[in-house]
Amino acid sequence: MTTTSPSAGRRPGDAAADPARVVVDIRDVHKNYGLVEVLKGVDLQVHVGEVTVVLGPSGSGKSTLLRCINHLEKVKRGTVTIDGELIGYRRVGDRLHELREREVLRQRTHIGFVFQNFNLFPHLTVEENLVEAPVSALGVPRTRAQERAGRLLERVGLRDKATAYPGQLSGGQQQRIAIARALALEPKVLLFDEPTSALDPELVGEVLDVIKDLARAGTTMIVVTHEIGFAREVADTVVFMDDGRIVEQGTPADVLDSPRHERTRTFLSKVL
Amino acid sequence: MTTTTDGEASLAPPDSGAERSGPLKIVPVRHPGRWVAVAIALVLVAQLVHALVTNPGLEWATFRQYFFDPSVLHGVWLTIELTFYAAVAGFAGGMVLAFMRLSPNPLLRVTAYAYVWVVRSVPLLVQVLFWFNISYLYSRLSIGVPFGPEFFSFSTTHLVSSVSAAVIALSVNEAAFASEIVRAGVLSVSHGQLEAAAALGIPRRRQLMRIVLPQAMRTIAPNAANQLISLFKNTSIVSVMAIMELFYTVQVIYGRTSRIVPMLLVATVWYVLLTTLLTIFQYYVERRFAKGTTRVLPPTPVERVRLAIRDLRAAAADEGTPR
Repeated sequence: MTTTSPSAGRRPGDAAADPARVVVDIRDVHKNYGLVEVLKGVDLQVHVGEVTVVLGPSGSGKSTLLRCINHLEKVKRGTVTIDGELIGYRRVGDRLHELREREVLRQRTHIGFVFQNFNLFPHLTVEENLVEAPVSALGVPRTRAQERAGRLLERVGLRDKATAYPGQLSGGQQQRIAIARALALEPKVLLFDEPTSALDPELVGEVLDVIKDLARAGTTMIVVTHEIGFAREVADTVVFMDDGRIVEQGTPADVLDSPRHERTRTFLSKVL
Repeated sequence: MTTTTDGEASLAPPDSGAERSGPLKIVPVRHPGRWVAVAIALVLVAQLVHALVTNPGLEWATFRQYFFDPSVLHGVWLTIELTFYAAVAGFAGGMVLAFMRLSPNPLLRVTAYAYVWVVRSVPLLVQVLFWFNISYLYSRLSIGVPFGPEFFSFSTTHLVSSVSAAVIALSVNEAAFASEIVRAGVLSVSHGQLEAAAALGIPRRRQLMRIVLPQAMRTIAPNAANQLISLFKNTSIVSVMAIMELFYTVQVIYGRTSRIVPMLLVATVWYVLLTTLLTIFQYYVERRFAKGTTRVLPPTPVERVRLAIRDLRAAAADEGTPR
């Protein structure tokens, strides 16, 4: 499996030379909110086991890009493909037919999503939060789902919280549960939308540690974040976005230490 | 002041004199004004009770005679039945209307909106009379192709008895109000919840039943209880159709005996008793749906009484052992 140290990581720039499978394939994605164009043609490929960290100022389209990947937002132009499967549409010749909601929901079970505000179900216990989707979306038997939930809770270090309600947990614990909940579907890729932005500074570390563990275990991930240190340590690829476009992408060393674009340089000088 | 933190003996005020080993005793603030208010309130309540008990016009003997009269009990039962059927049908219809209002389909939205608009605009009494006279408007009901041939037809006078007309009228009215209550509840659930459910691929129906509705119930329950209680009392309106529910039964009795006030008291006490039951039911329903919202649920009244007794016992035991 891939290593986490950026120096030993793959060079995502030369994808052709890379034998690894492309899990997420984003091509020429455009997205509007009314008259505002938030994504102006984004292309991005993520290989299996790879961690891609997306950086950029607010309003640059990072979160929108993430939400387009699991079709929470419909794209205006372009395609998103997960492991060879076109998301949200069925292609017939030159036409894209919109999929029914039921089919989109099935596709989403392959794409784990972790929200900035956790969005745990507050009226369900931690275990019920983890069991709900595998049982109702995938038809996994409840006892199997519960066993799996136990293992996942172990993995995020919260085994003893199975019967707690989300409101009884700290923000960091809630986000770790949210990560476990996303993992419960055994997704092909995990998407993180600023997973630590809603947390107290002292709780950020425990969440990043869980994400680092996942990276070490070879989980394919796209992480939108403002944590530059995390990007440097964990990312195989760092992508810098501004104004709805990818300005530059490469290894953390390339993008963070010797950015080629002026825009990247000014952004990094402000956040570092 | 510095005396509130225990264990910091060095900060104790200099005039406290003797050193103490244990924590300092906290003396709550006194509220003499409250005691005066309590005294005034007690006197007023005593006066009211006195006036009720001693006024001969209330005829408590007649009250006792008729309170458990079979015809009154029958009226109470019919009132409960009317409430039950209208509440079940009304809330079922209200739920459908609410989801029509929230649907992306504009025709469904407009239909539900128009229904709520019309029904809320017409006084319940007028609605009741309309349904009572339905056979005058439509003498036959038929099943068949719309605007085409009929397969079956029924005479409305046979199909719609006065009791079913009452249930229909109350249900139709209830559905309009219930739909707004359900809609308010659904809107109160944060959008992130639906988004999370969608991102997890949970099927649409399951999203509603498992994720949205249980959380919406927090908002729905108090309003629905209000609506249920007002429905329960609004059943008295159908007395205009000579249905032997509680209020009409009482009217018939005082029409015969001219004991108006004690008979009204009979009805009043029954209404209060049953409303009290509904209120207790509401309390426990709300507790049920409060799961996960607070760290620890507050004790129920029963638990509170038990705790108070335990505290009193402990205090008594404390008094008994001199320090």
